[in-house]
Order: sequence, then structure tokens, then C-alpha cells
Amino acid sequence: MVFFAAVVAHFAVAVLALIGLRRRPVIAACAGLVVLAGTALVVATQAIGATSAPRKTIEWLPLLGFNFTFQVDGFAVVMALLVSLLGFGVLAYSIAYFEHDATFTRFVGLFMAFAGSMIGLVLAEDLFTMFIFWELTSVWSFLLIGLHDKSEVARRSAVRALLTTGAGGLCMLVGIGLLQNQFGTTSFAQLREAAPTGTMASVAASLLLLGAFTKSAQFPFHFWLPGAMAAPTPVSAYLHSATMVKAGIVLLARTAPIFGDTGVWRWWVVLAGVITMLIGGWRALRETDAKLVLAHSTVSQLGLLTVLFGIGSPYATYAGVAHLVAHAIFKAGLFLGVGVIDHELGTRDVSKIGAARRSVPVSVVAIGACLLSMAGIIPLFGFATKEKALVALLDAEFGLVGSIALWGIVAGSVFSVAYSVRLLHALVRTPNDSASHDEHHAHHEASALVRSTLAAPVVVAAVVSLGFGFAASTVGSWLVSPSSALDVKAVSKLALWPGINDALLISLVVIAIGAVIGWKAPLEDNSAQQPQGERVFDAVYDATIAGAKRITAVIQPGSLPIYVGVTLLLVSIAPLSATFVDGFGSLSGLTSGTALEASVSIIAIVLALGVAVLQSRFTGAMFLGGVGYAIAALFALRGAPDLAVTQLLVETLTIVVFLLALRAMTRITARPVARFPQITRMFIAATVGIAIPLLALAARDARTAPSASQEYFARSVDEAGGRNVVNVILVDFRGFDTMGEIVVLAIAALGVANLVRAAEQHRRAAISVKEVAGS
Amino acid sequence: MIKSKILEELIDRWLTKVGTLVAIFITFRGHNAPGGGFAGGLILGAVFVLQYLAGQQPTIRRKPILNPERLLGLGLLLALVTTATPLFVGGAPLESYIWSITLPQIGKVKIVSSTFFDFGVFFVVVAVVLMVLTFLGTRGGAISHEPTDGAG
Repeated sequence: MVFFAAVVAHFAVAVLALIGLRRRPVIAACAGLVVLAGTALVVATQAIGATSAPRKTIEWLPLLGFNFTFQVDGFAVVMALLVSLLGFGVLAYSIAYFEHDATFTRFVGLFMAFAGSMIGLVLAEDLFTMFIFWELTSVWSFLLIGLHDKSEVARRSAVRALLTTGAGGLCMLVGIGLLQNQFGTTSFAQLREAAPTGTMASVAASLLLLGAFTKSAQFPFHFWLPGAMAAPTPVSAYLHSATMVKAGIVLLARTAPIFGDTGVWRWWVVLAGVITMLIGGWRALRETDAKLVLAHSTVSQLGLLTVLFGIGSPYATYAGVAHLVAHAIFKAGLFLGVGVIDHELGTRDVSKIGAARRSVPVSVVAIGACLLSMAGIIPLFGFATKEKALVALLDAEFGLVGSIALWGIVAGSVFSVAYSVRLLHALVRTPNDSASHDEHHAHHEASALVRSTLAAPVVVAAVVSLGFGFAASTVGSWLVSPSSALDVKAVSKLALWPGINDALLISLVVIAIGAVIGWKAPLEDNSAQQPQGERVFDAVYDATIAGAKRITAVIQPGSLPIYVGVTLLLVSIAPLSATFVDGFGSLSGLTSGTALEASVSIIAIVLALGVAVLQSRFTGAMFLGGVGYAIAALFALRGAPDLAVTQLLVETLTIVVFLLALRAMTRITARPVARFPQITRMFIAATVGIAIPLLALAARDARTAPSASQEYFARSVDEAGGRNVVNVILVDFRGFDTMGEIVVLAIAALGVANLVRAAEQHRRAAISVKEVAGS
Repeated sequence: MIKSKILEELIDRWLTKVGTLVAIFITFRGHNAPGGGFAGGLILGAVFVLQYLAGQQPTIRRKPILNPERLLGLGLLLALVTTATPLFVGGAPLESYIWSITLPQIGKVKIVSSTFFDFGVFFVVVAVVLMVLTFLGTRGGAISHEPTDGAG
């Protein structure tokens, strides 16, 4: 399937960039451009004239019902086109943006990996498939936000974004599990047929919503997105405005037809969307960093999209698809445009960016066009889509919740006009201090090629916003297929001039109020405090870490006797309780040994008692070794030479290790501490001493199936070519166990090495502290 | 520490060589008679312990073994490769393959693929003993000679 090949090609370029072409990132980027353009071409040619949506399932875990299912319907096509075309523009831009930046290699690799995951996400026809790519995009986003890993701010923001979206992803996984369990499918189409209702469906839908809200930065998870602006401009433009944050919207779009009428769904999405729209709009009016203004405006616009897709009305869905396209175009253009200004002036402060219109006039005009589209001014594309949204909500009949949605969007639109106008004001105004401009300009003598590469995508975005606006009816007809893929009734059209109606009048009022607020809004603001959401997140995060430390301090007190005591007690519980339930094993076997065996056993018992009684550690270790040798002798007498040899050797080496360790300890055993007194120790010892023999006796009588060794004897020579069945079991029949054991051995050895190294370091540090104190 | 020159000579000249040979022999022999990689590794480990007790660095052919971690990795890798290789030719993990070849002078020799796995175990065990000796013995010892402070 050609689409799957496209996804794989993205990852191939990513691997190439990260491994093969580390020193030539530009070549890797060009390969990426080819893949992105090719994907766009394939998607476009496949979509034109397609009568049915091609579908493909790749089996992964068929027994569990987990498969990768892709379907290329209209909505998938438009999303895939956005992802690949915007990706193309942003990647081309980034070649110039990252000139002389050593992180470009990593950027290209992660960027392509992200683009591939995003294509997979939008093509997914199954919640589970979507989840896999969903989580992948979270990981790439984390790595891209933290691209400049030396920066504390970038790292913290990356962690916030990852934990927030990751937590939402886990909720979503639980929701998917519930649906799979209840309805036996995770496919969108099949779920729609199943028409889930009832408590379980509501719970599952709410969990999916949590996933969507965290990913698309909806209240109360809106805080991570502005933080993610620590990433370089191309990352912000692509992931955090145009594509990744739309993943939650995609999920809403796909699931709203399924859950739209279930319980709390509509209230949830409308309230979250409206609150987000207002909070984002308010913050966008106050920020002084142009990039943060855009970030908050993205949050606000995502709120609008959440309402449109989530409310579950066909016209709103159509308006949502249209506005999603409009937003992706103008917002990518705006982010890249702010990047151009930043590159030129070295500042993004809204009170200073006015200086840019002398040095990069073309870009500034393009930014202005994108801003007008964002404000919803005729004849830009944003006007047509915003009108459609208002008309859809005026027509929808959802009672109170519908009114909240409508007036929420009207208020949100006032904000979006206001922050757009505020940025326009900033661009046309002559800044107070023109000195800063010259000063920064000296640092940025970029070549003409670099500057035009940077400006090109911004101009393209502006031209497309304008062109789509004039061609609104044509573009509107293209969008019928995508929206009807979500909801068969969602067939409508767009128009540049809809005629005079209620929506137009509302728009005029909105624009008038918004323009006044935006023009009057101060550019030099003030409230440079950390947003509430971030502070709440940090408080929860810090409290979690502190709680974990407290729990660790309780269950890992660092006392060896307590560890051993707890472990031994727990080991004893199982055999003791089993014995009380199933009765005792018979004692008959106890007299079956020979006199020699009996005398060796007595020696072992005496030596073991000695270990318990003796004060000197050295003698104790020797006696313990003696016990081991006696056991080895018993093995030999009972006809187990392999065990005997191994036991003998291990015992010898153990004594040596004991002696090495004893050199660092006191000569006699320490006195029992108060919280772990002698009597407790004796109790534990007695419990273990009773439990283990009981287990041995019971185990001997418990056989219900023939001994496994018979089978091994029969197979040993033929299948494994060995006559020593013990060894054959170790290296062949149960070789996996051996593999695990040697890994454990290796880990133990590395643990010893690291403990000693750490102690050495500690000692060295202590000495140097002492020297400093002495001198 | 053993200060006797004669003992040192004895360990160096005889025990080391014989012990190494015995260890390898036991490992090979394991498939048909008592022994195997675990026992063989422990025997070679015991040889190094003797060298250590004689006050010497663990050596092979008089060259000190500086990096037991590498031996550890080698052993794990060998065991892992033997485990995984049958997967690539359509077998089960750790499935045994038996080859018979005829060598000049020696005659027919049967080679079983699991022998490689056993040598992986052998190397891991030797490396573990060496690491314990190096870290707890040589370096850990240095800690104990440090006068304990804190109380004073």
C-alpha cells in the first residue's frame, strides 16, 4: 500500500539523518523535502477521482485484536495534505533558519520522524492504530521542544509537555481498552455501527476526551502549549500550531459521530472549548513576546475547533474542517513570519517589531495578510470559515449548550480580532527606540538566498490565505468530501460573500469591538509572571517527587537486617499458608537415608548452629562455608555430581568474597539495634526454619504429573547431542533460564563495581573537602 | 598475602596453567559428563583467586587482565548470539545444531552449537569472579585501610 510506504519513507529519512548523514544535514533535509513532496503528490493523485476510500489492515497481534488499520477517506486526505505540504514549507524554511546551528541534524531526523508519525495518525481508521502514532508524536514533540538541551527552560517545558500529553495518552489507552472490551472493536466505523450507549460508553468517551484535551491543549491542560514555545520557530510552527496539536481535534472529529449523543460529551467539549477560547484570547492580548501571543492564540483557536468538531452537528463539522485548514495555513505563516522578524531584529518583543517593516517589508505585508485571515476579515479565507462557523451554530438546535457554544465563539472571536489587530498595530507602529534595530542588524548580515528562503513560506501562506478567500466557493466544494467522511450529512458550501444575514451582522459587531480593543491594548505589558497552569503543574510535579522520596525512605531504610528479615518472612508465608490449607507432607522419607548421609547432615546442622552463635565474623564465615561443603557432599552422595561440583566451587569462591568484604567490617557481629531486637530475629529464623522443610516435604508428595526429567532423558542425546542431561537442560531445554541467570550475574557484578566506584568517589570528595577546610 | 617465593612460583608456573586447562576441559566435557560452562568458569575463577591470594594481579600468560567488564560483555554477547541465531534460520531460540567433522590426526569431532552458549556462560562467570576480585579485593581493600572517621 502506497500510503504505508510513504510513512515508512519518512522514518527512513529520519534514520538517515540521525545516523547516516550526521555531517550533511542539508542533504538529509533535501531527502526529507522529496519524501514530503512525494507524499503530498501521492495523496493528491489518489484522492482525485477516488470513489471509495482504500483501506488496509496490517496484522500485528491478531489474537488480541490489535492491528494497524489505515483508511484514506476524504478527511484523512486533507489532513495528510496539510501535514505534508506544511512540512515541506517548514522544512525548506528551516534549512535557512538553522544555518550555522549544530542541532540541525537532530532537528531533521526528529522532524521527519514526527511527520511520518503524523501521517500515520491521520490515516488511522482504528483507535488503537491512532494511539500508537499519537504516542510517537508526543515523544518527538518532547525531543523537539528540548532540542536545545542545554537550556533549562527548554528542558522543563519539554518535560511538562510530555507528562501532560503522556498522561492524557494513558487515559486514552484505558478508554480504548474499555471500548475493545465492551464492543470487541476499536475501529471507528464499527464503533459507529455499535452505537455505544450507557455508563461504560460515557466513561470511555470521557477518557478519550482527556486524551484529546491534553494533546490539543484544552482547559485545564492548556498551559503546556505556550511553554512549548521554547522550541525553535520551525518546531512551533509545525508541531505546535499546524499539526500535532490538531491530533486531539482529529480524535474529536473521528469520535464525535460515535459519542456525540452520549451523556456528558457535548457539555464537556463545549465548556472546555469555550473556556480555552477565552483564556487563550485573554492571554494573547497581554503577552509581549510575539511568539507567545501566537501560542496563546493557537490555544484559543484550538478551543474553537474543539467546539466545532465536538458538538456533533453536521454543519459545525463542515465549518470545523474549513476552519482547521484556514487556521493551519495562516498560523504556520504567522509563526514562520515571526521567525523571520526574530532572525532579522533579534527580538520578538511586540513593542519593537515595528522596525521590521523597513528591513523585511515583503514578509511584514505577508504577516499582515495572515493576521487579517486570523481576525476573519473579508476577503481572506479566515472570514469565510468564521462565517460558516457562526451560521452553523446559529442553525444548530442544542438548547442551552448550543447557546453557550454560540456566544462563547462570539466572545472568542472578539478576542481573536483584538489580538490580531494588536499585532498589526505593533507591526505598523514605529518603535520607540530605533537604536536596538541597528545594533541587532549588524549581527544578522544574512545572505539574500537565506533571507528569501525564510520569507518564501510566509508569502506562500499569505497568498494561499488570500487566494482561498477569493476562491472560497471552489475550496468549499473540495471540503465536502473530507467533512462528509466524518458525517455523511455534513455537506455544505463556503462563500466569500454570503449575503446579509445574522452571522454577518454579528461578525461586523465582533470586528468593530475587537478592533477597538486590539488597537487600544498596550504593547508594553507588565505582568511577567508564570501562568497559573504551569504553577499548578509544577506544584503537582514537585509534590509527586517528594511523595515518592518519602515512600522510598520508608520501604528502603537502608538496613540490611531489615531487608533480609522482610524477604525471609515473605518467602515463608507461601509454604506455611499452603501447608495449613493442604495439610502436611508425610515424614516417611526422613529415615530412608544411609548412615553416611545422616552423619554429613549432622555435621551440617552443627556448623549451622555455630554460625548463629559465634561472635567472630571470620569464624562465622568459615562455618558457613563448612555448611556449604556438607551440602555439596550430600549432593554427591545422592548422585548429583554436577550439582556437587558447582556447589563446591561456588562455596569456595563465596568464602573468598566474604573474607574480602569482611576486611572492611568490624571483627565481631554488631549488636542488634533497638528497632530490630534479638527476639524478632529469632522469630524470623524459626519461621524460616519451619517453613522451608515443610515446603520440601510437601513438594516431594505433591507430584501429579510424571517427572519432567524422564522426558529430558529421552530427548537429550537425539535433540541436543549431549549425554549429560543436566548440562543439556541448562544450555538447551531451559537455556532461556540460564540466559536470564547469567544476565542477573552480570548485573550483580556491575552493581559491585559501581558501588565500589561510588564509594571511592565519595571518599575522594570527602578528602578534597577536608583539604580545602585544612588549607 | 602469601610471601613465600616458592609458592608464588608454584602458582605461577603450574597451578595457573593446569587450572586453565582443567577449566576449559571441564567446560567442553560438560555436554556428556559432569561439568559445563558454569563449573569451568568457577574453576578458572578459583585459579585467579589463588593468584590473588599469592599477592598477584590476576594474569593470563603473565599479562594482567585489566578490563573484566569487556569479558563480561563478550560472554553475554556470545550467549545472546547463540540464543538468537536459530531464529534467523527458522528454528526455535537456542535450538541445538549438531555438526560432525573429521579433523586430521584427531579423527571425528562432534560439534554442538550449544557449546558456544556454554562458553558464553563460562566467560560471564570468569568475568564476575574477576570483577569481584578487582573491586572488592584491590580497590575495596583500599577503602578499609582508610582510618574510619566520623566518630573522631
